[in-house]
Amino acid sequence: MKRLKTEYVAGGGLIDRRSLLAGGVSFLAATTIRPVVAAIEGDKTIAEDFPRWTKTLAGQGSPYGEPSRYEKSVVRKLLLPAAPENAGTSAWLTPIDQLQGIITPNGLHFGSYHYGVPEIDPNKHELLIHGLVDRPLKYTVEHLLRYPMVSSTRFLECSGNTAINAMSPFTGNETCQDLYGLVSCSEWVGVRVSDLLSEAGLTKKARWIIAEGADSGSHSRSIPVSKMLDDGIIALYQNGERLRAEQGFPMRLLLPGWEGNTNVKYLSRFEVTDRPAFTSHESGLYTEHLTSGHAEGFSFHMEVKSAIMHPSAGQLLNEKGFYEISGLAWSGRGKISGVDVSADNGVSWARAQLQGPVHDKALTRFSIPWRWDGESTILQSRAIDEEGRVQPTRKVWKQKYASPTFNHYNAIQAWQIDKDGSVSNVFV
Amino acid sequence: MSLYKSARWCCLLLSLVAPIAGYGFGESVNLGTPLTEAEIERVDITIFPNGHNLPVGRGSVTEGRQVYFERCALCHGDSGTEGPSHRLTGSVGLFSIWDPLRIKRIQEVNGLLVMSTGQQWPYATTIFDYVRRAMPHVNPKSLSNNQVYAITAYILYLNELVDESFTVDRTNLPSIEMPALKRFVRAK
Repeated sequence: MKRLKTEYVAGGGLIDRRSLLAGGVSFLAATTIRPVVAAIEGDKTIAEDFPRWTKTLAGQGSPYGEPSRYEKSVVRKLLLPAAPENAGTSAWLTPIDQLQGIITPNGLHFGSYHYGVPEIDPNKHELLIHGLVDRPLKYTVEHLLRYPMVSSTRFLECSGNTAINAMSPFTGNETCQDLYGLVSCSEWVGVRVSDLLSEAGLTKKARWIIAEGADSGSHSRSIPVSKMLDDGIIALYQNGERLRAEQGFPMRLLLPGWEGNTNVKYLSRFEVTDRPAFTSHESGLYTEHLTSGHAEGFSFHMEVKSAIMHPSAGQLLNEKGFYEISGLAWSGRGKISGVDVSADNGVSWARAQLQGPVHDKALTRFSIPWRWDGESTILQSRAIDEEGRVQPTRKVWKQKYASPTFNHYNAIQAWQIDKDGSVSNVFV
Repeated sequence: MSLYKSARWCCLLLSLVAPIAGYGFGESVNLGTPLTEAEIERVDITIFPNGHNLPVGRGSVTEGRQVYFERCALCHGDSGTEGPSHRLTGSVGLFSIWDPLRIKRIQEVNGLLVMSTGQQWPYATTIFDYVRRAMPHVNPKSLSNNQVYAITAYILYLNELVDESFTVDRTNLPSIEMPALKRFVRAK
């Protein structure tokens, strides 16, 4: 085989993918070939050469499949402790650094709750549409299931994702899951909001829709009509199955690319109006404090963001040598158009490969081959979306947002690789 | 015009109309049931900054103090600042960026729960809306309209926005000026 010289595309050991594919990465360990075993005696079974599970008949499985028992550690992490003062308030962090591809398994999708997780009887749940419409209407779940369905693979991100890096003046021992566990991505299937609004008939003055859920706080958010008509979906299915209670069963609002809190779970009412209601969440928790002294509300878009998932804080590189750097990028403004990676503390950058198909407003997997020389270094990723928006540095982000604003943090993430192979969160 | 040509024109027209309608030939699925006024009224609880939808009723600061200590103080504290739940008044750090002790205060409390309603919400009508739909946290929608008005009055009093003799109703609530309004801007 023709051996090409390993070609580096940037400092710190970032490798040109093409030289890797051509077999030019000479540091790959040589494979050993087992010698052919000589003749086997007539009374001997082959059993000793095979592991236990190839020699016993296994069980039949279960009605709803579960992850391997050897994957029991790949679970979500509760952000707030289960204390009386946190009753009903919880946030479950996706183990996002332990997954691959772009789809988050339903049981591992992040969840953020202000009023707990209600178990709603779908036969007693309806969606009401009223206000500035010609025909106020209500829909049963059964009827909505008969509507033409659309599919969108979209990320969902809590605006408080990576809040630790926004708030804290220094880094600690937080893991990638702690920092990035409030973003997930699914194939959502449901009914276009625009289909139902056209049946109800928006009047000329209609500008906003107050979306309300059927949880104990009757969570509500004011949403511009334009977004609802553009790509709003009443999601009924997630990754093939009906929504889980934790994701809003029997239906939730999906507003692709917009802060998680606007994607109202347990959706039960649309009130069409000419103005926003200034609901509690859009007045308080989901506004950001700016260095100008202003409080910024209706900050719907989740801006362009990325992070390297392998390797990332909490992981360990056991030895020097070849690794594939792999991560996720996303933007609430559209598709990811590129991700640059640096393995030498930001001195040089190389364009990573994007795993296709690249969906609009979806997690996008990027990767680049890397040879770690065993020395300490810093890895970073910087995403660019199709509108040309580039992920800012932490310093630039801090110029806009006053400490301690914790929402909408999207600055470039840096991971420190130490000589012992440990990976940790750092500010650069 | 020949039959072939007519058919072709029909196809062209339909291909233009169909994508706009979403499906079929401009036909709707129409599985919704008309809502009656009474059905709407039962669930129409959203209050707007201009006072739209505020119900009949009233509540005084004095009445509010009593309801507050019976139903709210356990989570929000005697003065509305002790927590553990969201702060109702004052600058406990998070939302007063001019507070010199801000960093110290943030470190002492759970950041997510340090909300001062009085410092951050731009409109007083939101207090009525939120208390009625979501409070008390463990027993929401259990307060009468008068009790909600009274608690709203008491929270405004805690924030020194009304005096102790004040009574809140649907006409005066929208006119109360919250300090956060002048700081509020909409994101682009």
